[in-house]
Amino acid sequence: MTRYSEKEMMAVAAAREIRNGDVVFCGTGISMLAAMAAKHISAPDSVIFFETGAMDAQLEELPLAVGDSRVMYGAAVNRGLSDAFAFMQNPFSGRRVVGILGAAQIDPYGNLNSTAIGDYERPRVRFPGSGGACDVASFVSRTIIFMRHDLRGFVPRLDYLTSPGWLDGPGARERAGLSPGGPEMVVTDLAVMGFDKETKRMFLRGCYPGVTPEMVLERMGFDADVSRAKEIFPPSADELSILRERCDPQRLILG
Amino acid sequence: MATSDKLTDLRTAIHEFVHEGCHLSIGGFTINRNPMAAVYEIIRQRIGRIHLYAHSNGQGVDELIGGGCVENLEIAYAGSGRFASTCIRFRKAVEAGTIRVEDYSNYQMSLRFQAGAMGVPFLPTRSGLGTDIVRRWGFSKKMRENDPRLPDSKLTVMENPFGEWGDVPKVVLVPAIHPDVTILHVQKADVQGTARIEGLPFSDVEQALSAEKVILTCDELVESERLREYPEQNQIPHLRVDAVVHIPYGAYPTACYRYYDYDPVYLARFGKMAKDDQSYAEYLQEYIYGTENHPGLLAKIGEERLKRIQADARTGYAKDLDRR
Repeated sequence: MTRYSEKEMMAVAAAREIRNGDVVFCGTGISMLAAMAAKHISAPDSVIFFETGAMDAQLEELPLAVGDSRVMYGAAVNRGLSDAFAFMQNPFSGRRVVGILGAAQIDPYGNLNSTAIGDYERPRVRFPGSGGACDVASFVSRTIIFMRHDLRGFVPRLDYLTSPGWLDGPGARERAGLSPGGPEMVVTDLAVMGFDKETKRMFLRGCYPGVTPEMVLERMGFDADVSRAKEIFPPSADELSILRERCDPQRLILG
Repeated sequence: MATSDKLTDLRTAIHEFVHEGCHLSIGGFTINRNPMAAVYEIIRQRIGRIHLYAHSNGQGVDELIGGGCVENLEIAYAGSGRFASTCIRFRKAVEAGTIRVEDYSNYQMSLRFQAGAMGVPFLPTRSGLGTDIVRRWGFSKKMRENDPRLPDSKLTVMENPFGEWGDVPKVVLVPAIHPDVTILHVQKADVQGTARIEGLPFSDVEQALSAEKVILTCDELVESERLREYPEQNQIPHLRVDAVVHIPYGAYPTACYRYYDYDPVYLARFGKMAKDDQSYAEYLQEYIYGTENHPGLLAKIGEERLKRIQADARTGYAKDLDRR
């Protein structure tokens, strides 16, 4: 069997969830790889879209930030942040957007912290902040979240709620005034988590080859239903060659 | 046709418009089109206690903080992509409590500049409902009341006054920003200050139009007639511009679409030296205080490195640039 890295597994696991017709909002790093790979794997007719305003970016080379000139080349339209976020806030177009996000902390309802650990005023660890994450999480109908699977990241209560997930459960987004829809899955270095349709709580959707549900639970600060877990297929030789040769030949994100 | 000539040099423009304690905003995004020559000049002139507004300017914000110029920061995101997932001097300063920071989202910041540009006190959005961005303030009530340039509250949630119209029960109101001065780096400008941004404008236009004074630095100074052949491609009218400075590579080490790429060597070296205070002091001495001006810094970098980041005519960036 072909050897592959955690990052390759994660990028492929997310790419497989992107469908033709999706407008994919991606941030910096592995989410760009997933969006690029999806266009070659499952969704040639998906569209890559950046908060900076690049619509249907071509990405001949991997951008290293969402402001990279590589997102501007060959785009259908280059506008600004205001237009990009309006596109997502507007339900006609916003409902087609799948957002790919990452964070430092996640809670059982998929709410995210990418701002600070500890006190907000004088944090123990300061992270970059929302960027467009809070906007995307507020507006669009589906989000995919990349997380490192460990006790520091999977917490029962966030230190700071930067980006809204399902808030505190069923009906909470509607009550707060947010768009319907919310987090769909969490892709980690061990597994893929989903959110229960009724309770909106996180559950284990599947483990990567060689990972058991016990290993997943050990690295989380809250409990999750594991009864529905299925094994996730490893990346195929095709998927790996797309990632390695077409998306990130310099291994800038794959490492 | 107006004929006023606003062409000046950077030292004069910064000295005239950027003052101790002023409210400043800078254009660009993460590692693209930050007005870096101006940022370095502010650091060289040791202008302090700046109240800085940015959405997601990575490098420019981090260097202004590292240079000791910033007291307060209103921001959505402090990161420089893969070069610094969290801006390094920003993180140190916030953790050490040497700057005050207040968080917003990117859209909220863009709308705040837009509100300033429009001359209205606030604009509504659905972004941030239910989050700590609305609930938690970085600046206290007291600080706000004591500073006439700050609104008395951070963000306000309002019931939709039009009832069910728009199918939105509540909105977040974001207050306008009115910087004393906005600095942008653009590809092309004329001596009057009409500017053309190529590629993504980010929120630069709103940032400029919300400010009392505007400084433009440009990679290319072009004849007004040339810009006026295609006025629909220009974004900033000269009527709102106070100073124009011609500085080739004025965004270096960040990128300028169709002109040059970011310099991965510089950004990686900055990232390394920014990690501790001792080596950062050496960085400042060697690259900023130790060079007289931006051409001086570029001379230190050398032609060979600048040649490597030249934009390719087709793509607008340096194709196949080694970015490891």
